[in-house]
Formats: sequence, C-alpha cells, structure tokens
Amino acid sequence: MTVAKTAEKQAHVGLRPPVVNDFSIVVATVNGSGSQTSNVALLRALFRMGIPVGGKNLFPSNIQGLPTWFLIRVNPDGYTARTEVSHILVAMNQATLAEDLSQLPGGGVCIYPDHFKLSQAREDVTYYAFPLQRLLKDIEVPQGRRDYIANMAYVGVVAQLLGIELDEIRRALSTHFRGREEPVRSNMAMVEAAAEWAKANLVKQDPFRVERAGKTDGLVLMDGNTAAALGAIYGGVGLLAWYPITPASSLADALTDYLPRLRRDPHSGKLTCAVIQAEDEVAAAGMAVGGAWAGVRAMTSTSGPGLSLMAEFAGLAFFAEVPIVIWDVQRIGPSTGLPTRTSQGDILFARFIGHGDTKQTLLLPGTVAECFEFGWRAFDLAERLQMPIFVMSDLDLGMNIWMTEAFVYPDVPMDRGKVLSAEDLERIGKFARYADVDGDGITYRTLPGTDHPLAAYFNRGTGHDETADYSERPEHWEGNLQRIWRKLETARSYMPAPVLREKHGARIGLIAYGSTDSALSEAQDLLAASGMPVDYLRLRSVPFTSQVGDFIRAHERVYVVELNIDGQMRQLVQLEYPEQAARIRSLCRSDGLPLTASQVITWVRAREVK
Amino acid sequence: MASTSALETARPAGTNLVGLEKSDYRGLPTTLCQGCGHNSIASQIVAACYEMSIKPERTIKLSGIGCSSKSPAYFMSRSHAFNSLHGRMAPIATGAVLANLSLKAIGVSGDGDTASIGLGQFKHLVRRNVPIVYIVENNGVYGLTKGQFSATADKGQVIKSQGENPFLPVDICMEALVANCGFVARSFAGDPKQVKELIKAALGYKGTAVLDIISPCVTFNNRGESTKSYSWGREHVDPLHDVTVVPMREEIQVDYDAGQQTTVELHDGSRVLLQKLSRDYDPTSRAGALALLEEARAKQLLITGLIYFNEQQPPLPEVQNLVESPLALLPAEALRPSRESLEAILNENR
Repeated sequence: MTVAKTAEKQAHVGLRPPVVNDFSIVVATVNGSGSQTSNVALLRALFRMGIPVGGKNLFPSNIQGLPTWFLIRVNPDGYTARTEVSHILVAMNQATLAEDLSQLPGGGVCIYPDHFKLSQAREDVTYYAFPLQRLLKDIEVPQGRRDYIANMAYVGVVAQLLGIELDEIRRALSTHFRGREEPVRSNMAMVEAAAEWAKANLVKQDPFRVERAGKTDGLVLMDGNTAAALGAIYGGVGLLAWYPITPASSLADALTDYLPRLRRDPHSGKLTCAVIQAEDEVAAAGMAVGGAWAGVRAMTSTSGPGLSLMAEFAGLAFFAEVPIVIWDVQRIGPSTGLPTRTSQGDILFARFIGHGDTKQTLLLPGTVAECFEFGWRAFDLAERLQMPIFVMSDLDLGMNIWMTEAFVYPDVPMDRGKVLSAEDLERIGKFARYADVDGDGITYRTLPGTDHPLAAYFNRGTGHDETADYSERPEHWEGNLQRIWRKLETARSYMPAPVLREKHGARIGLIAYGSTDSALSEAQDLLAASGMPVDYLRLRSVPFTSQVGDFIRAHERVYVVELNIDGQMRQLVQLEYPEQAARIRSLCRSDGLPLTASQVITWVRAREVK
Repeated sequence: MASTSALETARPAGTNLVGLEKSDYRGLPTTLCQGCGHNSIASQIVAACYEMSIKPERTIKLSGIGCSSKSPAYFMSRSHAFNSLHGRMAPIATGAVLANLSLKAIGVSGDGDTASIGLGQFKHLVRRNVPIVYIVENNGVYGLTKGQFSATADKGQVIKSQGENPFLPVDICMEALVANCGFVARSFAGDPKQVKELIKAALGYKGTAVLDIISPCVTFNNRGESTKSYSWGREHVDPLHDVTVVPMREEIQVDYDAGQQTTVELHDGSRVLLQKLSRDYDPTSRAGALALLEEARAKQLLITGLIYFNEQQPPLPEVQNLVESPLALLPAEALRPSRESLEAILNENR
C-alpha cells in the first residue's frame, strides 16, 4: 500500500472536523503537457455539482517544459478569488516539488506520483502517492497522447479523495471535447482506473471533501475573452482586425470559432462579419478605423505592446470621430514585461492615448458576464458618441475560466448613432459633418457610398472646419476641440454607472474595477464580519458618472485598489475630484498575480486599525 | 483608336453613361506647387473616372500623409475621402473595402508614404489583393518637409541639405510584383494620355492595381540629372505600348492589326488595347515583367506602360467569404443572432 510516509504521525489529522466545499487546490505541472484539460475537467465537474468554484492558470511565457500552476478554489459562499495559500497540492512537476511543498499550510495535502523523489518531507502534511507509471502501463494509451492521458490520473485520484462524482467528470470532458466520444472514452479510462486504484489503496486521512451544493444553478462557466467575443457577435460586429498577442489572442480565436455558427447568412451560407489577422497592430487599428468610417461595427483586440502601436490611430479616431472598439486585455509591463501575467497597468495610457489634446473613453468590465455585455454595448456607445471605446479587460478576467451570471440578451435595439441617409440629405438640403446641430457635441455623419451629391465629406486628421474642409484658422481648431469636449460631457450620461456594495455603518470606502471584483467583495464581507464595515464601489467606466463623486464625499477616506505600481486609477479619480484628492489613497500591488481578499484585508487593517 | 458606340451617341453631349458631366468630377483648387506632377495626375483621375462612367458617390478616395496624399482633395469632391496617417493608407483601405465591397477605392500615396514608412503595409495590402487603384505619385523626395530623400531617391543623388544619397532606390513596381500584385503599371506625369488610360484600366481591375507614376517635384527634385525630373523623364521615357482602354458597354471600333495589338479583358467587361511599339512585350508573363524591370534598372530606362497583368487571384472580400450585400448596410436583424442561439451557448457552458 502506498500511503503517507508519515501516516502514524499524522493520524490525528484524520480526526479533524471535515472541511466541506471550502479549500483551494494547486496543480503543479509542466506547461505543454495538456494539463489544462484535466484541470478544467475538475473545475467543471465541481461546478456541475453545484459547488461555487474559481480557476486560475498561472503559466509561463513558453510553449513547453516550464512550470505551470493551476489554482482551483471551492467555496460555499461563492467567493472565487485567488487565495494566498492552497490546501491541496497536486505535485506533477518534480522540478518545483520542493518549493511547492514548502508553500503548503500545516495540515495540507500533497498528492504526487510515487516515482517522484520527496526529499525533506514535511511532517505536518498528508501525503498520497499514486503509481502513475503503472497506471499508464495498464491502460491503452493512444499514440502520442501519453502525457495528456497521464494527467488524467491525478483527476481520478483527486476525485476519489475529495468525492467529486465521476459522472460529472465524464460530462465535463464531453463539454471540453465538444461531444466527441473517442477522447472522452480514452481520458475517462485513465480517470476511472486511477480513481479505482485510489479507492482500493488510499486511506483518507485529510479533512477536505466536497458535497453537492446546488449553488451554481443558472450560472455559466466561461473565460472573459470568449464572453467578449460573443458580446461583439451579438453586438453586430462587422470587422475584427487583430494581431496575435497574449493574452488577447483567444478573444479573436473565440470570435472566429463562433462566427460560422452565429453569423452565417441562411440563404447564401456566407458570413456577415470579416476577421482579418493584420501584419501588425498598426494595421489592425487602421483596418478597424477604415471599416468603421465606411460603416461597419469594427473592432480590434490587443494587449499593452499592441496598444503602444495603436497610439497614432487611436488619436486619429478620436479627432476624426470614427467609432471603433478596442479591447485591451491587459498584461503586466512596461515593454514585453511578463506576457502571461495579469495587470491593470494600461489605464493611464489608454485614457490619454494619442498626442495633443486627447482623452479617451474606457469601459471596465469586472465579470465575465460584463465582458459579454460590454462586448455589444461598446459598439452602441462608439457609434452614438462617434469615438473610440476602449474596453479594459485583463489576463485574469480574459483567459481564466470564471463562474458567472448567465448573459442577458441585449435588451435594447442597436444604436447606430447619428447617420444621415440620402433621403435625409434630400429633405434637409445641406450637410456639414462637424456642425453641432443638436448642441450635444455629437455631429451627424454620412457613410461612404451614400448616393447623394451632398453626402461626401473629407475625413482627416488635419485641422478642419465644420464642413470637414482643411482649415488652419485658430477659431476653427479651438472651436472644434471645444465641441469635442462638449461631446465628452455628453458621453458621461451614456456611461454605465458604478456598482455600489454598501455595509451598514461604513466610514471607509473602497473603489476598484475590473477583475479584482471577486477579491474586493470577499474582503468587504470578511471585514464587515470582523466588525469593520467598508463600502465598495466598482467603477465601470472612465469618464466617471456622478455616483463616484457622491461616494467619495460620503466617506472619510477612500482607497482605490488596483493592480499597478502606484495607483493609475487613483490618479484619474484625484484629477476628476481635486477638492477631495487628500482623502483618496492608493492600495496597489503589481506582481502579476490576481488579487486576494486577504491582501485587501491586510491593507485596510494596516491603514485603518490604529 | 476606339470611337463612340451607339449607346454613347444616344446620351446628351458632354455627359457619360451615368449622366454626369465632367465638371461633376471636379475637386477643390489645388494648393500644391504650380507645375507639380501630382496636379496633372489629379486631372487624369478626373478624366479617367468620367470616361469610365464611375459615379463619384460610389467611389472612396484614400491617402496617407504627404504632398501626394493631399491630392484627393483636388479631384471628385462628391466622393467620400479619408486622408489618414503617414504610411497607413493600406489598412484604412483594407478596412473600408471589407466594410463596403460595392465601393470603388482610389488611393493616392507617395514614395515616402508607400516605399519608406508604409512599405510593410503596402506589401501586405498587395499580398491580400485588396481591391483598390493604388497610385504612387513618385518624386523621390519628401516635399512637405522640405526635400529630404525618400526611399526611391537615386543613388548618388545630391541634395544641398543632405549631401549625397548612398542607397539604392526601392523600385515600387518590383515590390508590387514580388508581392504577387496582378496589375503593375508605371507611367510618367509628363505623359498624361498614358496616365489616364492606365488609370482607366486600373479602375476596371478587380484586385490591387498598382500604378507607379513618376511625378516630378518642381521645387525639390527637378534637376536634369534626377530620374524623377521632367527633363530626364521626357528624354528617357520608353513606352512599352500605346494603351487604350475601352470601357465596358462600349464597342471596339479600331483599325485592327492582329500582329501589332494585344487585348486584355478586365473582369468588369472593359478591354485594354495594347498597341505594340518598339518591343515585343507580353504583360501576362511575371518572369518577363521581372526581367523588364531589371533591364530598366540596369540601363536606367523609364519604361512605362502595363508591366504585368494577371486577374487570376481572388480579391480580399472574395477570400473572406462574405455576403454579397455590403456589411456596412446590413440591417440589425442580419447582425444580431437570435435569443435562442445565446441560450444554447449558455447551456453548453454549464
């Protein structure tokens, strides 16, 4: 029997009260070994058992051979943020085993293949070694799939030890392989063999287990990039121009995957959306600008380095008032930085991207469901306001799989903005592209091809008068920019309001945005439970709406929590509310990792508990 | 030469097949230097579009930044235009034609715009066969910034402010050809008739048509020793053939000498008649075209005419497998999938 080497000493562990649905697992593997299939199968099986679950892949910028960790958190109350510690280690990488083991808390669990060398084993950990090589020998493994199937062994062992239902693993694999039977069968063979072996040979000595909970009804499990792609498709995207970059590529991949199913003309079988992989991000942005000018809903998706290349077109689109959507799935920089690690470090750059007097508009999705919503809403806003809309996602939100509310089908008709047709021009009898007819700063445009002698205008990044003719007259230049600034004020009324989460008796406010939402909500609840209520406001756009100022004024101190080195959003908030600036503080972390609730709690206590 | 057909004689004098007068193709007055080759080319674009009966409202004019890129303002004011970023006409054009494949795109760029800052984007536009008439007004210098060398400047050329240019020039036709362009032509602004006929041929072509037009800069690069000057051009111009384009729906009525003439059919039904001059030349041979450009380079000849023609490659919108109706004009019902389809996707992700 291959049981824990220190079984005797840890016998007392088995007497600990059970820990049900409330722990974290870390799976340490080597990238390129196909462990993602195994990890997602575990994640989805837990989700299908109704247990709230979160998954995070901490992976290297590498194709094959470097260490990767996958974190799975189960939690009865629905908190799915990363935790600082994981209780169960599935050690599938000899190279990191010693360090991974040292990270376990006392009373933790280590599951590992029995051929791994375990030097300096800790005595406060429960060990389960399983015979990976023998299991592999005993089942038939399809040619070239040995590594992939090998990773299914730990799925079986973990399922057996924790009580994850094998039927749900099978269904999860079926989802993963889109119903193809052969891979499900070959993977399940290993899962079942390993689970059977574990049942016969391992004595459960740790307290961790799962139980059906019925707490995921109606929810879905998806990554933010896929949700964004779907949102764009339901928003009527007509052109996606993109250039490969981690962590944004999977957005374009998902959009390309879903197009034939969702956007095929039933009569001709042809597509109603073009996707083009550009030669670089300059061209990707330029194609979106050209397409949007000509009348399609056009977008690009990128990350920091790509955004740098898009700067000139971003300025042009702002000034020439071309409605494009740019998804920035942020990773940590500057420069190439850590391409596979998350960050909220592009906020200031995106807000001001473009030289001269440029001020861009940002949407800040905080959940996967919001990635879907902003996916379509961004086009309505871009076309209504005739400006670029930047949707600031990040690697954590975009590439990790999250439990999220079911997406709400767009509840408003598409808003194509102020576009004049040939009939409109015939009726009105005149047209000036940049005349502020309605006084809201938003002017009327015509689409190329509009069959009327009055329709044409000369789109340009150079100075222009109301008719879009070239002009260097000072009053034309300044008047035009003043009008665009009026438009920016109008934009506020179209921005999604922040989400407010209040606790009775709070004097302190937390402001955050984006993927940190799960950590913030959890921290807020835990702080309240410990007698320290704080209010939490989640920003969803820049420019801000009036609720943000109200929130700041209603609190003694406000902390802006974010994942960058010195508070980019805090700076924007202070710029917007200079009279409140002294009460606005930063809580920042810039280490490439998703935020944890315990970090937030530590910060708040350190500053507020005297 | 082609003469008028029955169809043509039936319409009012001074109008074309779409009922427009030549003045309907006018642009704003030029602000370029007097005598600039670009002005002459703008006039020929007007004439070509008029003669090809192309509706200005169905045309888009695109450019990058530079003297050449200003020129879309000087022709066809009834067409939408986009004067974009330096070197970035190509992606703007790519996006625009994907958005509305029913529009005829005319791009005007320069040698700095296309061969220096925009060379990468230019080659990718050609590689994708984006449907556009891509005119390069090639003068070898940056005019707007006061006469610096561009990438097409002659090796050994001397400019007072910069000294001698030590680098060999980029040959725009060669770049187009090696990027698999199916319509490659070179012309000289001092030969307006040929410029016009080649633009007409390009307008009837279904993919990327590249026209490298030597267009002298009278202010910064018009000295006799420059290959981009009027006098050098006039002395060295060596047309491959006499080009005449017969627009679609018009009949060819010419004295036909089979041994002396090649006819190229364009996909829109127009025909390009190439009357042989001094040399035998087959514009459908890519190897022949490459050899010709090499010969022109080695002997410093200004060989003009239709250098290469091949309409086999599908243009970008065809490759994209898009619906026939322009994407920009699709109604919301065609763009937003059903509520049920979303429900199905959500169920698959549970």
